[in-house]
Amino acid sequence: MKRLLPLVLGLLLLSGSAAAVERSPDALIQQVTDDVLTIVRQDKDIQSGDTSKAIALVNAKVLPYFDFQRMTALAVGRNWSKATPEQKKTLTEEFKKLLVRTYSNALTSYKDQTVTYRPSKIDAAETDVVVKTEIVQPGSKPVQLSYALEKQGDGWKIYDVIVAGVSLVTNYRSSFSREVRDNGIDGLSQMLSDRNKQLEAGKK
Amino acid sequence: MKPHLSRQLSSWLCLGAIAAASGCATTAESDPADPFEDFNRAMFSVNEGLDKVAIKPIAQGYDAVTPLPVKVAVGNFFGNIWDSWTAINNLLQGKGGDALSDVGRVLINSTIGIGGAFDVASEMGLTKHSEEFGQTLGKWGVGDGPYFYWPVIGPRTTRDTFGWMVDTFYDPVWRVDNIPLRNSLVSLRYVDLRASLLPTDKVVEEAAFDKYTYIRDAYLQHRRNEVFDGDPPRIPVNY
Repeated sequence: MKRLLPLVLGLLLLSGSAAAVERSPDALIQQVTDDVLTIVRQDKDIQSGDTSKAIALVNAKVLPYFDFQRMTALAVGRNWSKATPEQKKTLTEEFKKLLVRTYSNALTSYKDQTVTYRPSKIDAAETDVVVKTEIVQPGSKPVQLSYALEKQGDGWKIYDVIVAGVSLVTNYRSSFSREVRDNGIDGLSQMLSDRNKQLEAGKK
Repeated sequence: MKPHLSRQLSSWLCLGAIAAASGCATTAESDPADPFEDFNRAMFSVNEGLDKVAIKPIAQGYDAVTPLPVKVAVGNFFGNIWDSWTAINNLLQGKGGDALSDVGRVLINSTIGIGGAFDVASEMGLTKHSEEFGQTLGKWGVGDGPYFYWPVIGPRTTRDTFGWMVDTFYDPVWRVDNIPLRNSLVSLRYVDLRASLLPTDKVVEEAAFDKYTYIRDAYLQHRRNEVFDGDPPRIPVNY
């Protein structure tokens, strides 16, 4: 039995990575979106604004597919190279918290929207792609929701979310670089962690 | 004949632009796209104040008492009126196929869609496009010009401010002869638009460190995306 266990685990891992290889970036986005929407449609708490429940859902279903270090680097811009590994780690941790909360909050305003997937031609050799989806809501124009993904090893990781052409990541650039200019990298970490604490305490 | 209120508003905005261009000192570290940041920030706080005491509460009231199907019908109704202008702009941008589809949308939605209340055309596969004159100018190669934040109408680049003036000049709703009806329609459209933005309020409140810059940068990115019809060339990533 003891000898069998590693074998079973090994097989599980193998099948897991095999699935990841086969999955194209648009298939990945579609599956994650479907998973999340299926849950949100049934969950009255999330629909009525329960942010912590939405955060739990995002943590479980969405987080594993994001590359937060890359997202943070993109938001910080050219100051990123000046940060120490320790500072990078803290920044990434805090920015991740903020993004997860923002994304989760957007889920709580879900009403009757549906998501359509725009067919995309993705070259097999491509390692950096944008997958486009559209949120269709009755009575108003459809809203574009796109994801930028990068191939990492066997699978794909999302490093940017673009709503109606607005990158949720690079939109932070000017306020982040202003903060770094005024108070340094640590000042930026402090600003992020202050905001996260404030949001957790429900003050904002 | 009394000039249209929209035209009065247009000339007033022009005056504002000139005043801003000549009178405002700018901060040393301002964004090159936003040379009149001081003026814009002042107008931004005027709008924020106005929104807080009047516009947002009205929109919230409207949102609370209006059943979803009615809100959808209101959105569709004004959307259908706008689609005729979308068609013209698509034509001006040399997208004949899209323009034809927009004309089809107006014909179908005005008739089978009962005066535009139902967006039957979308269900038939005629996609709704988003066009106005600012985008047409952009497609023709006109650059953004300095960014402005106007009272009431909010963010517009210089190009889009001119675009908005032309839009308003064409706008069938502003051309309704019965003044009380016209004013009611304009107000309803404004409130309906504000109400549709209510869900984003909380997101922006939580996400933004400086709401003014957040909205400015989002607006500029969004407009670039619109001019390229949702397919802008990707800006190379730099760290």
